[in-house]
Amino acid sequence: MRKSWWKILGLAMVAISIVAGLLGPVPVLPILHETIRNIYFHVPMWFAMITLYLISVIYSIKYLNSGKIEDDLLAVEAVNTGIIFCAMGLCTGMLWANITWGEPWPNDPKLNGSAIATLMYLAYLVLRNALEEEQKRAKISAIYNIFAFPVMVVLLYILPKMTDSLHPGSGGNGTFSDLDMNDQIRPIFYTAVIGWVLIGAWICSLRYRIRLIELKRNQID
Amino acid sequence: MNILQQVRTLVYKDIVLEWRSKHAINGILLYVVSTVFVCYQAFKSVDTLVWNALFWIILLFASINAISRSFIQESSYRQLYYYTIVNPRAIILAKIIYNSLVMVVLSTIAYAAYSITFKNPVGDPLLYILAVFLGSLSFASVFTMVSGISAKAGNNSTLMAILSFPVIIPLLIVLIKLSQNALSGLDRAISNGEIFVLLAINVITITISLLLFPYLWRD
Repeated sequence: MRKSWWKILGLAMVAISIVAGLLGPVPVLPILHETIRNIYFHVPMWFAMITLYLISVIYSIKYLNSGKIEDDLLAVEAVNTGIIFCAMGLCTGMLWANITWGEPWPNDPKLNGSAIATLMYLAYLVLRNALEEEQKRAKISAIYNIFAFPVMVVLLYILPKMTDSLHPGSGGNGTFSDLDMNDQIRPIFYTAVIGWVLIGAWICSLRYRIRLIELKRNQID
Repeated sequence: MNILQQVRTLVYKDIVLEWRSKHAINGILLYVVSTVFVCYQAFKSVDTLVWNALFWIILLFASINAISRSFIQESSYRQLYYYTIVNPRAIILAKIIYNSLVMVVLSTIAYAAYSITFKNPVGDPLLYILAVFLGSLSFASVFTMVSGISAKAGNNSTLMAILSFPVIIPLLIVLIKLSQNALSGLDRAISNGEIFVLLAINVITITISLLLFPYLWRD
């Protein structure tokens, strides 16, 4: 109980955000209408993804300094979990875009940016498969991970602000919080964000522990 | 020797090595010119949007081909020798500088060949040349580090492409936007943001390369 309080908290927060998100009151807005409830599901995916990628980069840096194979395993599992959250973010976003913008994939810098960022992390996984030797694989993929991360931050958070975008908070659009976010949405939204980040960390830690067991079983005593 | 002298000597060594054999540089220049000519035969005439996009695509593939060799043209024993006598940071910095020089030559020739075959519709040539220059610098700084990584991973060309494309795409987006501004001959003050972003990304990638390369070369 002492160790797993944050997992229960994460579950509870996600459960609350699903129930309150689907039943709670929302502001009545043109175009968006009831689809505004998707904000409780679409946006938290990206928060969870960026948190996991950040964890991955931190552990890659740690690996380069310490040389412990465990750090590398955590880095790769964080990327694996992050890619799942990215896929879910893209799917929920495409559903939302289909209704509000009329097509599932409008030419929007944020959409393209997240697709390219996914390519980057898939390339990271391919690079890992290309290397046989464990130490070398850990080191070289850690280097690529650290090298690619700042470019991804530029791609997802700086470039969309410079160009025209359909997303709020980009290209001179107001951010969601000063346009449409009112006090009915805000508490549920933050609950959902924290809940999904915790769930993401939990999935990542489970996968990491499976990898640790595999590592232990493969070792020759 | 301090690091700057080492960098200067290494760049000089790379230039001399290239000048003696000349087959690599000639090969890549021929590659650019023939690609331009193939595109000319295929398209005949294009509007300005396609003109710009096509130019950057030609340059992108030529630069990947030019730079992917940068860590494999010398044998691993000779590289081991360099690593024992110089600072690893000097090696990556020298490679980036040398590749930038190659890219500047390459893109100048590409631009000239491209302007002769297709008509040149550029409204603000000076700004366009600045964009091409910044582009060569960006390609060199990103691809040098990635070619170092892929050289360690057995150096197949597919790996080089899939590792470098996601990293270069953000730069390419900004470059195409900047050069499109130059093509339309817009007021230069509009493009300041793009130039700043390009310089910032270059500074970041070069800094990270300098920080990470010492870990990369050690086997």
